[in-house]
Amino acid sequence: MKKFTYSSILSQLLLLIFVIIWIIPTFGLFISSLRDKDLLAISGWWTSLTTTEVNEIYRMSGMASQIQEEDYFIIKGKLFENNPGKKIQSFGITSKKINEFKIGEVAIFKDESKVTIDENGNYLWKSLTEFTKKKGKRIFTTSLSPPSFTFDNYKEVLFKEGIGRAFINTLAVALPSTLIPLIICSFFAYALTWMKFFGRDTLLAIIIASLVVPLQMSLIPILTIYNDFGALFGVAAKSYPGVWMAHTGFGLASTTFLLRNFLKSLPNEMMEAAKVDGASHYDIFLKIILPLSIPAFASIFILQFLWCWNDLLVGLVFLDQVPSEIILTAKLKELLGSRGENWEILTTGAFVSMTIPLFIFFALQRYFIRGLVAGSVKG
Amino acid sequence: MADININTVNKYYGDVHVIKDVSLDIKSQSFTVLVGPSGCGKSTMLRMIAGLEDINSGTISIDGQVVNDLPPKQRNIAMVFQSYALYPHMTVFDNMAFGLKLEKRSKDEINERVQEAARILQIEDYLHRKPKQLSGGQRQRVAIGRAITRKPKVFLFDEPLSNLDAALRVQMRVELAKLHDQLNATMIYVTHDQTEAMTLANDIVVLDEGIVSQKGSPMDLYNDPNNLFVGGFIGSPKMNFISTKITSKSNDKTEVDLMGSSKISIPKTSASASEGDAVQLGIRPEHLIVNQDGDGSWESKVFVVEKLGSGTFLYLEKEGEPLVVETEGDSNIKVGDTVKVGFSASRCHLFDSSQQAFK
Repeated sequence: MKKFTYSSILSQLLLLIFVIIWIIPTFGLFISSLRDKDLLAISGWWTSLTTTEVNEIYRMSGMASQIQEEDYFIIKGKLFENNPGKKIQSFGITSKKINEFKIGEVAIFKDESKVTIDENGNYLWKSLTEFTKKKGKRIFTTSLSPPSFTFDNYKEVLFKEGIGRAFINTLAVALPSTLIPLIICSFFAYALTWMKFFGRDTLLAIIIASLVVPLQMSLIPILTIYNDFGALFGVAAKSYPGVWMAHTGFGLASTTFLLRNFLKSLPNEMMEAAKVDGASHYDIFLKIILPLSIPAFASIFILQFLWCWNDLLVGLVFLDQVPSEIILTAKLKELLGSRGENWEILTTGAFVSMTIPLFIFFALQRYFIRGLVAGSVKG
Repeated sequence: MADININTVNKYYGDVHVIKDVSLDIKSQSFTVLVGPSGCGKSTMLRMIAGLEDINSGTISIDGQVVNDLPPKQRNIAMVFQSYALYPHMTVFDNMAFGLKLEKRSKDEINERVQEAARILQIEDYLHRKPKQLSGGQRQRVAIGRAITRKPKVFLFDEPLSNLDAALRVQMRVELAKLHDQLNATMIYVTHDQTEAMTLANDIVVLDEGIVSQKGSPMDLYNDPNNLFVGGFIGSPKMNFISTKITSKSNDKTEVDLMGSSKISIPKTSASASEGDAVQLGIRPEHLIVNQDGDGSWESKVFVVEKLGSGTFLYLEKEGEPLVVETEGDSNIKVGDTVKVGFSASRCHLFDSSQQAFK
């Protein structure tokens, strides 16, 4: 039986509040990105979720389109283009009484001409005398508009604004920048944990110390060194290998430290049993450590990948701002400057940049949670 | 054949000297138990034989070959750990086959050896389970099975039964003894439990603070302890010790005072002892006779009675630790009764001030 205490209720409540605080902007961003760009500019995203009453003004056609049928002069037409969701509830002919008539009722103007409207916006305007005005009369409609969403924004953003290309660039930065340090740190952490060699503790202390050094401090010196080295081998100053190496360098200390802490929690006797069984360090690493460390690898993968994906600074410094190299965060920043008033592009771009982190998190989250608590409970 | 010779081995952890000039000869196919209180260096000893700890000085040789610098896998040994140390992500079969796969044995041979080990240990039904689906006893069998499949010259056991409950421990103890007969291998077994040592061993090595206190067959150690430590360590409940003084001494006998009530003449002597020396008289609870005179006797009040069915332990008031006496199971002595106990002189042990036994 689970006990419900005040503190547990409080913590559940707090959790709920945090979840709501986190979810609402994300959800709003998502809805906004699917809305029509004109509506997006005039109303909030929450209004698009329910069927809403919309008041609109249309003008009927003028004298040019009249035809004569027996005694009547008739003008036929549509108030708006076909829209299956939109149904007119009522209409009016003066701005004072905009919903004076129901569908099917006949409205009579001052000049004795009569008009009927069906719910899809087709109107029939009859008069005994000839229409003489160039412009038709105004009709005020009240209609119910259901929620409507469109992928137009995504089409535009992905294919016209260059976000699609930036998305691929970011993947090209983030995947190697995650996998390379993961591979290095797995060997490194194993050696730090289970091999005896001179200076091991000093090395560990240096790694922990380097965790405290802010990235901003070393960014430019590293770029200079990289450029000097790159010049020796004829590598371009700003290129993908550079950003991979930078991310690897900046991420290695924390990934190694995290993995080492996990490996430390594995029982020593198991390694000794394997040694007695005749396993070399390489065998132990491959056949025992790796299978047992998958949760730890997954959580480190998530942390490092998200860090690289969301990074702006390293990408700005180590890559050129050209279409073939610009990363998503830099592209969004650029759009914010040039297209700052086009909300549909910004919301959609932002949501595109969120998809991969969300996907990774949901795909690996059970490992993530297990990895974070690993070692705290005896398995 | 796999004799193990340990020659003046020393081990330091930093400044702490844990193994002090230990020399031991362990005969091939013997079951040798290293026993001692925690911290006496017995596990360190075993790990040095296994190659998991370095040796600071001295030599260890297996089968005549010095193995000081050989890694564990070249020593032809197998080890069973207290915490089982199974590989949690592998099935029982894979756990037992791990060493063989590393040796690149053929599939048929691996299968055959694992099946054989499983049959000996009666774990054939569990071969496809993971360790977490097994009980403690089954896990320990798998750990032993992992050792058996490799057919090593030497089996090393590091307190293998300590994590099991009492009933299972007794059962596994019997099976280990059986296993030793079946396999005819040299086995070295570390424990702090003197019962395991007494029941399993051909030879017991009692370690005390890094030195070998005494080595011998279980009954030798029981009947003829070399010193106070071995006397107290072997036997359950432990030997009674009575502080006393030598009243007179002849060539083959030593007479001591028995807590003021009488004197007892014990057929043991020591060259260094002289009249008036303070000594410890030791006698086991099972060698004290209730309500008889014996060679010397003493009276006191019973303050605890422990009935075990097969026997009864009486705790008698005495200066310092109480005197424990074993008597028959249906004894009707109650708490508060005054009881006379008789001492049999031939069963008494004497230990001098440096804790060495009189012979």
